[in-house]
Amino acid sequence: MTSASSAKRIGGNNNNERSNREGLKGWLNPIKYGWERVSYWFQRLTGIFLLVYFIGHVYETSSLVNGPDAWAAMLEMTQTIGGHLFLILVIGASTFHSVNGIRLIFTHSGQGLGKPGRPDYPYDPASINNRQRSGLWIAFVLTAVAMLYGANVLFSGGE
Amino acid sequence: MNIFKRNKRKKLGKEISVKESNTSLSTTTSSSNQSSVKLRVFRINAIKDSNDVPHFDEFNVPVKRWTTVLDALLHAKSYQDSSIGIRYSCRMASCGSCGMKINGMPRLACYTKISDLNTNTITCEPLPNFPYIRDLVTDFSKFFEHHRSIMPFIQNKKADIENVNENSEFVQTPEDIDKFLQFSYCIRCGLCYSACPTVATDLKFPGPQALSQAYRYFADSRDTDKSNRLKVIDTNHGIWRCHFAGSCSNVCPKGVDPALGIQLLRSHLLGLSKNEKKVAKLQDRSITTATNYDSEQEGIV
Amino acid sequence: MVQMFFLVEESESQKMTAANIENNSKKKSNKNNRLSRITILRESQIMKIHYITGVGALFVVAVHIMMRLIMPYNMSLEYENVILNYKNIFYSLLLESILVLIAIHGFNGLRIILLELRQNEIWEKGVNILVILGLIGVIAYGTRTIIIANGLSMG
Repeated sequence: MTSASSAKRIGGNNNNERSNREGLKGWLNPIKYGWERVSYWFQRLTGIFLLVYFIGHVYETSSLVNGPDAWAAMLEMTQTIGGHLFLILVIGASTFHSVNGIRLIFTHSGQGLGKPGRPDYPYDPASINNRQRSGLWIAFVLTAVAMLYGANVLFSGGE
Repeated sequence: MNIFKRNKRKKLGKEISVKESNTSLSTTTSSSNQSSVKLRVFRINAIKDSNDVPHFDEFNVPVKRWTTVLDALLHAKSYQDSSIGIRYSCRMASCGSCGMKINGMPRLACYTKISDLNTNTITCEPLPNFPYIRDLVTDFSKFFEHHRSIMPFIQNKKADIENVNENSEFVQTPEDIDKFLQFSYCIRCGLCYSACPTVATDLKFPGPQALSQAYRYFADSRDTDKSNRLKVIDTNHGIWRCHFAGSCSNVCPKGVDPALGIQLLRSHLLGLSKNEKKVAKLQDRSITTATNYDSEQEGIV
Repeated sequence: MVQMFFLVEESESQKMTAANIENNSKKKSNKNNRLSRITILRESQIMKIHYITGVGALFVVAVHIMMRLIMPYNMSLEYENVILNYKNIFYSLLLESILVLIAIHGFNGLRIILLELRQNEIWEKGVNILVILGLIGVIAYGTRTIIIANGLSMG
């Protein structure tokens, strides 16, 4: 037997040395458990991102009430290359969140998950199937398409 | 990347595990088809010494093609360090006692062959989201508390359980049983609870096991207490904190598919379920003549 | 040993079915009384609203984005053209509905995430209050913009 030197103190959210809850680390591990975990992670991430963007967007559009000069100043700040790239991310996030959200509404209603039955070896779960997963893949494809189209519109000025 | 590994196994069926095991051992196999692996075991004594610094101990254990992680751990415990704390019982994926994190994934140690892991270093850690007791042994009290909270028993006010001769036999067809049978295969191993991202942060969330058992009893035609069952889980830390991350179903060793049960239960709460619950008829057992037990009688298998 | 403990507990609870249910419902009604000052909807009702606002927002946001594409993008952002949009009552109603639907959906989503992070009464009450205030604040601020812009003259 050899003793390893990799000792580490356990932290944990509850200041309880016995706790062993994964905490936020449990959320930030999107690839270990399959595509559905990836969907969960991206849905959460895009949701928070879109909420922040939404609040910012409501604030930036309010410059309209202060007249054309205020509006022009706001446009000067946002209609830059950085602003366009940010907007492309917003387009991607909103497309993914919407399409995956529709998929989740179906799965949360029990649609596309298969029926209960009598499990047999190798005990593959019915709910982890390509039918509902395909919704996620479609979301990724549509996100890419929307981002490309958005980039085309933004950088060409829509002409 | 683990996303693709599962599909590969599904495609080729059982053969892949044999092929993989032969391949993985070929680099270290001796003429007697035996090799050794490094076993890294998490050590902590949380009950006796709350200031104990957790660390890993390493052991070299001999393995064969059929050696499971539990075999390797028990070998290390028998011949190298008898103080290793392990919980196990049936050794055949039936009791759910030996759940632990093996190379980053919650698995049953008795059901995981070393050859299937495709690595020469096996890291064994206690199941996440369960408090430590010692080494690989964790505290399941909270887990069982969540299970109890969903009332895991049949409730039927019409059934007379005092007088066994009258109105105490339920009539259930095989189709009625199929609606909940797979969820009754749960062995309470806790792997789904460990894998769930919501359980990682939400102490009040019952977890996939409890929620799938809630569906098991909800879907059972012998049970009539629908409204109370739904009330218990319809809270801000109940069924709605499941987001179908699917990790529970991915790790379940018995094919219970808790994610399916939870989504089906949710569909009932949303009023979108196509399967209306059928309540089982009660058979009057006071009729005892043989002519009543023929195959034409409804519900007799 | 842990498994045997569980089996014993299960049979005890089977004997005390009615008592357990009564105790559980009493505990839950106490908890509900405390929280009822802030939460007046069941979680299933809140989630139905979450799904409906999500789907609704999808349609109205799609129309909002299409409006940017009926003319060259840069032209659509000019002050006069934007004010023309706000003067159109249907477009103003569309913007208002986007505001309400996305605010409800977004802030409820934030509430869900925050509730999962910590679980104590102060945190949960604080999250509920913060979310409701944020919701009202954003809707009020956005509605102010729509109303004032609707009354503005061009240039």
